[in-house]
Amino acid sequence: MSTAVADAPAPEAPAPIKSFVVTLIIRRFDPDVDSEPHWQDYDVEMYPTDRILDALHKIKWEQDGSLTFRRSCAHGVCGSDAMRINGRNRLACKTLIKDLDVQKPIYVEAIKGLPLEKDLVVDMDPFFESYREVQPFLQANSAPPEGKERIQSVADRARFDDTTKCILCAACTSSCPVFWTDGQYFGPAAIVNAHRFIFDSRDDEAQVRLDILNEKEGVWRCRTTFNCTDACPRGIQVTQAIAEVKQAIMRGHR
Amino acid sequence: MTTIEAPRTPSRPARSKGVNWEKWGWLYMRASGVLLVVLIFGHLIVNLVLGEGIKAVDFGFVAGKWADPFWRIWDGLMLWLALIHGGNGMRTIVNDYAHNRTINRTLKLLILAAVVILILLGTYTVTFFDPCPSGAPANLLPDFCSTITK
Repeated sequence: MSTAVADAPAPEAPAPIKSFVVTLIIRRFDPDVDSEPHWQDYDVEMYPTDRILDALHKIKWEQDGSLTFRRSCAHGVCGSDAMRINGRNRLACKTLIKDLDVQKPIYVEAIKGLPLEKDLVVDMDPFFESYREVQPFLQANSAPPEGKERIQSVADRARFDDTTKCILCAACTSSCPVFWTDGQYFGPAAIVNAHRFIFDSRDDEAQVRLDILNEKEGVWRCRTTFNCTDACPRGIQVTQAIAEVKQAIMRGHR
Repeated sequence: MTTIEAPRTPSRPARSKGVNWEKWGWLYMRASGVLLVVLIFGHLIVNLVLGEGIKAVDFGFVAGKWADPFWRIWDGLMLWLALIHGGNGMRTIVNDYAHNRTINRTLKLLILAAVVILILLGTYTVTFFDPCPSGAPANLLPDFCSTITK
């Protein structure tokens, strides 16, 4: 990919960033028209510093307004735009074009294992259902000191620090082959959020959550495939968190 | 009259009391896996690497090994651990992929039958194996039986 600009010797002056054409192949599905999803390709002019989300925006704004996808903050915080990019679950807003092989088309599709609603949008209800089941909220039996907060040592806080980072984007759960099978498994995200409260020294209901996850569809279905750890856009050690919950169940307490 | 569910009512009922087979199954897979690594590699090295190697393996070789109760216990342990380990692994795969209830039950029943029959046959052999049963016609016995005095 040589351009006239790049060939000309231009010492000192920073070379202008080159743009190039990227092909995106997107798995489209319109429930009103299609009976089956189909792949459709789009050519987009992109910079290496652009993200997949920018490519989707360009397509939606300039080429095909019917393209449907979720995004809110667009900066990797809200967890709305998890999708399967080249077969891996990623946030579209955190995946840079330069990190992908642009010589080949980039495949983008909705996350797997949840009911497909339209294009890149899936029904997240089953995901949040299992999230709710692990009681992801602080349950303390003691009252905090008058006018004060519950004090927690730095070490106690660090114990569950990793799992506080979850943004509930469903990238891990929808990358899990066990979750794909029948959707009965709680899934990594629910276990991560259970872990966050099980190992919180201020919480008193760890045993309730451990009992919930000790079920047939609980942590024992995890096969330590590590897909979830690879998929997590926040870098949470998901498989390790699940293993720690397994150990806590074996021990009988957190 | 409609009643509102109590807050924090779990949407699936909590596990009823009793043996938690999934938990023990999970633990069994790990424990037996570690043991099997030792047992199977020990088995392979003794049979195929040490001494004359694979050329030595024949009826007489097995009979010679099983003259020592140590190898009978070794092989018996390997039989039980490996078959239950494999059977449980197959059961997990069936649970993952066979969503039809009837097919699921049938496959699991077949796996259970295979495991039970193989364990019974194997245990019988490893326990009661006798290379030279008395009263058997001489032409059915291996050569070395004539040299052994009962």
